[in-house]
Amino acid sequence: MNKNDRPTDIGINRTGIALSPLDGPLTAEGASAAPPSSAGSWQDAAMVRLRYAAEASEFGHMPPPATLRGLAKTAKELLKGHKANVLLDKLGERLAFERTGVRLYDGLIVKFEANGSWEGGPTLEELVAFRSDEARHFELMVQALVKLGADPTAMTPSADITAVESLGVLQVISDPRTGLAHALHAQQIAELADVAGWDLLASLSETLGHTELAAECRRALAQENLHAAAVARWLKAHAEVAARGELEQAVAS
Amino acid sequence: MSLDIFKERGTPLDRQSFTWKDMVGEPYSKLDDDAFTRVRQILMHGVEQESCRFKHFAARFNPELRLPLARIRRVEHHQATMVNWLMPGDQSTLETTIGFEQVAIEVTAHVAAVEPDPYMAQIYRFGLLEDFDHLYRYAALMDRLCGKDANNILQSYTDVMPGRPTSVEHRAPEDDLRLHYQKTRAAPLTKIHAALITGSEWQTRDYYLTVGPTFADPIARQLYAEIASIEEQHVTQYEALSDPSETWLEKWLVQEATEVYAYWSCYSQEQNPRIKLIWERFLSYELEHLRLVRELMQKLENRDPAELLPAEFPDPLSFTSHRKFVRETLAAEVDLRARGYDIVPMDQDSPASIAYRAQLNAGGSPSEAVAAGYHWRPGTELTDRRVRDAAFAPLSGQEAAQ
Repeated sequence: MNKNDRPTDIGINRTGIALSPLDGPLTAEGASAAPPSSAGSWQDAAMVRLRYAAEASEFGHMPPPATLRGLAKTAKELLKGHKANVLLDKLGERLAFERTGVRLYDGLIVKFEANGSWEGGPTLEELVAFRSDEARHFELMVQALVKLGADPTAMTPSADITAVESLGVLQVISDPRTGLAHALHAQQIAELADVAGWDLLASLSETLGHTELAAECRRALAQENLHAAAVARWLKAHAEVAARGELEQAVAS
Repeated sequence: MSLDIFKERGTPLDRQSFTWKDMVGEPYSKLDDDAFTRVRQILMHGVEQESCRFKHFAARFNPELRLPLARIRRVEHHQATMVNWLMPGDQSTLETTIGFEQVAIEVTAHVAAVEPDPYMAQIYRFGLLEDFDHLYRYAALMDRLCGKDANNILQSYTDVMPGRPTSVEHRAPEDDLRLHYQKTRAAPLTKIHAALITGSEWQTRDYYLTVGPTFADPIARQLYAEIASIEEQHVTQYEALSDPSETWLEKWLVQEATEVYAYWSCYSQEQNPRIKLIWERFLSYELEHLRLVRELMQKLENRDPAELLPAEFPDPLSFTSHRKFVRETLAAEVDLRARGYDIVPMDQDSPASIAYRAQLNAGGSPSEAVAAGYHWRPGTELTDRRVRDAAFAPLSGQEAAQ
């Protein structure tokens, strides 16, 4: 059986309570009759969380400022003050996201080769082209950070957060039991976030006077918009082909 | 169905080999496989971990045993790997935790029900009600932190309701020691039970200590810290059941017999044919490990190990729901406490333990906070309209009022 067909086939999923007509009601009745060991609600735990939040320090900071020696005068001016760190943090975020993006497409390409595609689904060439886009965007961010005198190997706070956000996406794409459609569904999260990320970075660069960088970000944004639209189109096509019961034929052909 | 451990032949040790592809095989399905497949997988990883742990300590004290210990331990390390790698990548840490507690409840309930020594049986019932409560607390965490239903993992085999409240399970160390069986008089099954449950609880303790800090949420981090502490108490309690006068080889023999018994039990009840083959393969491995230890005992202690082992195992471990037994135990014994070596009524609770838990809970109880007012319901507590539509009171206002 091809895994692209998995969302719609019927197996022996045992997770629902209806699968246990004798034990299920006993479990529900027992839980309903047993009083909790203390009164209250979910807000009791929320209160503990609130106190921790009040006491918590930051999870990390930006690296120390880069040396300004050797930088062009205009770049020095643009890097003065707090606003520079905001930009460098966001550049670091995009760098990390695009670098991971290359690896996500590596995973999608394996998935494609293992499972094939469907009518209206991606071609190998498209996946390879998108991978190249991500790699170029990564390189763009490396160059931008170097140009601003920053260390492109540092993990900035926003880069760290975005990596934590992406954990589930990577877990789905790298699981050999998931099909290409599952993996693209995960990738859709990454592509939508990427569009929002480039949009923000283009605006921020413009606002801070980095017009050349802003133009490059807008070019990357246009490509990411194409990625997001393509992934959405492939997923819609998959759902429609599956709903018509034509998935197996489509995959076989 | 019975197993004659003296007649059955195992796989020769030099043929007990693995490849990485072999060890890292297809995991079970979290969605489709029966919950007891997961229970068996978790239990057997605990048994193998205990086996490796025992052999490392044995090697530190017995230079003449180091080589045979190392040879068998290497195979068991790879058995542990292969068994643990049956866990699927879509099973979250918290979902695995729910599985761990289902193991603790259903396996301990079976052991408590069939244990021939009444004192030991009482100890197992006592521990059972504590693990039963842990399941309820973790189910509340899963519901209230992740919006997920613990019954997707439990598959309705196991109740989700309070047991002996975790907040009162904290005891002074002197109240966690128990009397041990007498090696010359105890039934072989009593010895096997002690090894089995000790290994299972130790695995749980280690797992919670390892995964607790991988959570970002402070309540989850607190709850794992709290329950890991109880699991440490449980290891203290259950390891105390074994006779300390047993020789290293006697203990090794019990450990291998436990593994044979447990794999045989898994094999006899597994529904997943692919995983059943693994249990069969490892049963064959363990029969050979047991034979090798018997040989060592004859050679080094000049004794007949047959006097220490049952010719046949009575019945396999029962991988089924023990709802009725657990509920009856809960109704009769939830208020019991431990004092010294004894299980006592609540009004005779140990002053040392009362003071100990008051100190630990002085800054608030994670297990109470996470499950305040909690009733598990099919599909999570958000299926209850009263919970779903409850008026939201700003927390900062409540904090100020307190």
